[in-house]
Amino acid sequence: MEHSTEEIKKHVKVYIAVFAALAFLTVVTVAISYLHLPIFQAILVALVIATIKGSLVACFFMHLISEKQIIFSVLLLTVVFFAALLLLPVFTSGHPHVA
Amino acid sequence: MSDNLIRYISKPHPVTGVTNAKLGIWCFLASEVMLFGGLFSAYVLLRTGAPLWPRGSEILNVPLATLNTIILITSSVTMVMAWASLAMKEFSKYKRYMGMTILLALAFLVVKAFEYGHKFEHHHFPSTNTFYAIYFTLTGLHGLHIVGGVVVNTYFLFPGSRMWEHDPEQFMGRIECAGLYWHFVDLVWIFLFPVLYLL
Repeated sequence: MEHSTEEIKKHVKVYIAVFAALAFLTVVTVAISYLHLPIFQAILVALVIATIKGSLVACFFMHLISEKQIIFSVLLLTVVFFAALLLLPVFTSGHPHVA
Repeated sequence: MSDNLIRYISKPHPVTGVTNAKLGIWCFLASEVMLFGGLFSAYVLLRTGAPLWPRGSEILNVPLATLNTIILITSSVTMVMAWASLAMKEFSKYKRYMGMTILLALAFLVVKAFEYGHKFEHHHFPSTNTFYAIYFTLTGLHGLHIVGGVVVNTYFLFPGSRMWEHDPEQFMGRIECAGLYWHFVDLVWIFLFPVLYLL
């Protein structure tokens, strides 16, 4: 893939902004953990923030935002199987507790 | 060009629109998602099945883990800057950023070693309880991925970087693939940190 120097300089500004956002969200995650929210709310908030951070890394550092269709096809299949793996405990445990 | 060479490693394949190298690394990362996905699934199963589960923040060192999160995020930036430096044809900057990425990865491992050492001093081992079993398995596997990244990145910093002189396009592709792996390792930690340390 060919990139002009100007284009890359714009990318670099985005990388710095993403870094600042990731650092800020890390501080927010830790700060919220000190609020001692009820466990379901704590899990929800922590996973939402982690998903935002993960999306920033995937979209900008891994350049998914400008990726080709074939890569999305591979990832879609991965997401389906990953979701199935995470749902397995739900189907296999009769009376789950969250301690 | 010999027919024995793997084709479309620098130029995009006409059918997929991406290089075979990039498609290959994404398929590898997909398999990695399943590897960590299985362990995350085991974590959910163990936690939902346990009558009692400790809050990570009460028994693990959150400040050290926060420091490690910042270290890993910074190393992701230096990694992508190494690739951007090559795209701008600034090889000396590439070397500086790649060197920083490796040093940050080593710093992550040193912090992790302190954390593990502290746990062992207090006789907390994977066999102690289910929490420590899944904690050591997940962070240990992630740590091995960091070690793997250090080995690959060190190769690309020293002997592997000679490729820049005779085939800069392919070398840039290699750094992009190494970067994709490294960002994935960062991404896994982004989820491991709250799941194990904060909840």
